[in-house]
Amino acid sequence: MSDPTTTRTEPFAFVRDLASRWDIIAIVVVIGVLTFFAEASRGLLAPMSKITGETLSLDPVHLPVYAARTTLRMFTALVVSLLFTFTYATWAAKSARAEKLLVPLLDILQSVPILGFLSITLVFFMSLVPGRVLGAEFAAVFVIFTSQAWNMAFSFYQSLRTLPDELCDACGSFRLTPWMRFWQLEVPFAMPALLWNMMMSMSGSWFFVVASEAFTVGKTNVMLPGIGSYIAVANAQGNLRAIGWAILTMLIVILLYDQLIFRPLVVWSDRFKVDQELGGRSPRSWALTMMQHSRIVAAMRTLFFAAVRWTGRWAPRPQALISLARAGTARSTDMIWFSVLVLLVGLALWRIATTLIGETSLPEAIEVCELAAITMIRVVILIALASLLWVPIGIWVGLRPRATQIVQPVAQFLAAFPANLLFPLAVFGIVSGKLNPDIWLSPLMILGTQWYILFNVIAGASAMPQELRYASQNFGISGWLWWRKVALPGVLPYYVTGAITASGGSWNAAIVAELVSWRDVEVKAHGIGAYIDQATTAGDFHRIILGITTMSLFVVAINRAFWRPLYYYAERKFRLT
Amino acid sequence: MNSVMSHPAEALLSVENVRKAFPKPDGSDLLVLEGVNLRLEAGQIVGLLGRSGSGKSTLLRLIAGLADPSSGSLSFHGHPIHGPAAGIAMVFQSFALFPWMTVFENVALGLEAQRMPKGEIRKRSLAAIDLIGLDGFESAYPRELSGGMRQRVGFARALVVHPDILLMDEPFSALDVLTAETLRTDFLDLWSEGRAPIKGVILVTHNIEEAVLMCDRILVFGSNPGRILSEINVTLPQPRKRLDPSFRELVERIYVEMTSRRKGGPGTGADAAAGNRAERFPGLGIGSVLPRVSSNLLSGLIETVAAPPFNGTADLPKIASDLQMEIDELFPVAETLQLMRFAEVERGDIKLTEAGMAFANLALDERKRLFARHLLTYVPLAAHIRRVLDERASHAARKSRFIDELEDFMGEDDAEQTLRAIISLARYGEVFAYNDENASFSLENPV
Repeated sequence: MSDPTTTRTEPFAFVRDLASRWDIIAIVVVIGVLTFFAEASRGLLAPMSKITGETLSLDPVHLPVYAARTTLRMFTALVVSLLFTFTYATWAAKSARAEKLLVPLLDILQSVPILGFLSITLVFFMSLVPGRVLGAEFAAVFVIFTSQAWNMAFSFYQSLRTLPDELCDACGSFRLTPWMRFWQLEVPFAMPALLWNMMMSMSGSWFFVVASEAFTVGKTNVMLPGIGSYIAVANAQGNLRAIGWAILTMLIVILLYDQLIFRPLVVWSDRFKVDQELGGRSPRSWALTMMQHSRIVAAMRTLFFAAVRWTGRWAPRPQALISLARAGTARSTDMIWFSVLVLLVGLALWRIATTLIGETSLPEAIEVCELAAITMIRVVILIALASLLWVPIGIWVGLRPRATQIVQPVAQFLAAFPANLLFPLAVFGIVSGKLNPDIWLSPLMILGTQWYILFNVIAGASAMPQELRYASQNFGISGWLWWRKVALPGVLPYYVTGAITASGGSWNAAIVAELVSWRDVEVKAHGIGAYIDQATTAGDFHRIILGITTMSLFVVAINRAFWRPLYYYAERKFRLT
Repeated sequence: MNSVMSHPAEALLSVENVRKAFPKPDGSDLLVLEGVNLRLEAGQIVGLLGRSGSGKSTLLRLIAGLADPSSGSLSFHGHPIHGPAAGIAMVFQSFALFPWMTVFENVALGLEAQRMPKGEIRKRSLAAIDLIGLDGFESAYPRELSGGMRQRVGFARALVVHPDILLMDEPFSALDVLTAETLRTDFLDLWSEGRAPIKGVILVTHNIEEAVLMCDRILVFGSNPGRILSEINVTLPQPRKRLDPSFRELVERIYVEMTSRRKGGPGTGADAAAGNRAERFPGLGIGSVLPRVSSNLLSGLIETVAAPPFNGTADLPKIASDLQMEIDELFPVAETLQLMRFAEVERGDIKLTEAGMAFANLALDERKRLFARHLLTYVPLAAHIRRVLDERASHAARKSRFIDELEDFMGEDDAEQTLRAIISLARYGEVFAYNDENASFSLENPV
């Protein structure tokens, strides 16, 4: 392999053989991460009393540890979400019978305002490990999980349903076991979309971190060490400097996991795109380069894939024909399955109805509907205003590649930024300016979600075929005609996707945005969000259920009656590629 | 087992009386394959030749164990086939490579599934890569390769498992002409020199010349339902030359075979005859599946055949090579012309009718009028839709109404395709209008 005439003796060649310069960086990073998590997982088994008092310090020295614990919670939730995704979505995709129940259920879970369920689930998880911090940790992780899992599962399900036929046939004819097929075909095929959704989920869950770490259940006041609790305490004390520190820490954490985890993954997952053409610049990541050049990481990777192969060998091989097409279901079994479903749904309805009828009155139910209508008007107006602002800007930016490169990551970061951090400032403004909270609290609902409109429109505008733009220039189409006939139809499918996300997020945000406090000042707007928030603080389960049910009905109804038809219409008529 | 191996006449594969039907939404069955018998003996390449929809790919999937027949039996080395068998490997039309695996990993996958020791996998994969001429490309990803190289990976992946039978599903049809020819020649070299570890080959194709070039035996498939029309033994010695008179003669013979009028085939005798009686016998004749054909191609073919050197009558193989069209593209056009009585297709020739010759010499508006007249007279479905629209006061009807009617005769996809074909023809002839937005037919033309 080596020609003696060209081989030079290098000093310290053995060191270079032992570890490349990438290895040294890799070691530092790996040890750093381990320390970080070890630190973060300390104190999980401590008794509850340690975290209920005023033990949380606003001294920024503690922020790294708080950040570690918060990050650990988020990643634990992400792992749980992945497990959920792999099981739930796979089941839904493989069994026609399960699909009938699981997919609509997922759709509902996705559009229901989960913040409202917080207090109900908390009690359950706290009771699992009574008196220990671990119970509260479970509860927090669960809340974060509920903000991450649904869209991931949906994306995986959709990927499984769109597997290329020939690849499935190839798996069949080369006799891969279902287990191998899962890891060699299904997961890789779904990876790019799943990864994108994992990033969205991580961004989205920051919003819930703040809510999940500091909460009150009845008389117990829980403050899990973390950035969320730090912010809650800072809010309660009105410490603006502390909030500044918290925001800075959050920025650093987001930057770190983006650079160390998601960017490498995105670059790496580029190879899983089935669209088999070279060309275009592939994305880059220094962290991935590091991992690819490091022998230690390479060794770990080899180990991992050996493990995958080993489980592939160990997995049982079915004796008979693996039915690749989903088996046709027998009608009689279908009937039984269907009747069981109807029975369960009926039972659930009856439970909800009796609970509500027993404890709440009809006038109250009507009042809740009115409140929901008020919130709905708010959401509609806000989405319309945000669209008026961001669609033209998004198109302008999207048509200019250089501007896109700058604006797109910023918009994505802003979407990740938990807008609830800025709420205290709004209260400050409203109180000092004596403004009407019904109007001025509203923008908070869309503060964090408007960015989805912006970055989807940017994506749409930059995906517009160059030739189409040349053609419209060639025919002298400009001004209003250009917006009406070229630009707006071109981005419509993307805009609708963004607007659906923004609208869903705004409903959720209503629960925290319609009732905001800063020190001891409380500002409240009329709306179902404030209603649910009040019921939660009071621990009034019947009102929570009434509020949540009403809100869910509104959200689901709006999705079915408006967003979904609009989405299909836009996809069918205006999809350019 | 021993006696099986020693017996020379033992078939590698035998398919007996196989029938395959898919359930339709209304509960009845859609028959795609009926009464198929096939024997593959060691040392043979058998071609399954037919148009799309003739069930040849379905048969290949049955042999590969990717689906079960509705009735009949398939056996490999005398053992019934239930699920993918170890000794049968497949090469796919669009390669079906895993884009996230390197060439080596793609090739090794089949061995991996057999749980072979790692060293053995490596040795055999490299040998297969070497055999197929992919040396040096082991670490490349499929996206870095050209179509031809990708299909070589497809071949290596199939050969590495040392299959007795190699199934090929139109393996060269996604490649350009030159690449396809190179790959065919390379494969035939491997095969005739006995370097490929295979005993028999089944090749699905819709390319007549490819079948004659490669196969020892050709089974010609017909549609509705898919079945074997005839069997042709090719005794020409290898390597075969396309320009050889006996080669041309055989190609011509298969063209004749595939275009001869048969009862029940789409667009042929029975249906066309039913055409002008459609008014008197409602429902009769609307049940045939129509291919989607561009009106450009229809007028283009008429003009080509009408012009010198053909002057109204052309040899289909000649037209096919002149226009660089595969039979899968050419036949639907020719048959639509035949259905509309602009041409006669028989014995491998296409001959324009008087109307066809007239059409070639008319200006656009008059062409359209002639086209409309023929469409309403000879295509029962067009006449049917027009009549429904005429009878209604609103002069409008929803698409789903006709889809439902068609689904009494054919599957969901075929119904959609047939209606799309009619819409395209009717638009050209301005017989009625269709609005995709609300999926409805009407008599008014949009301004």
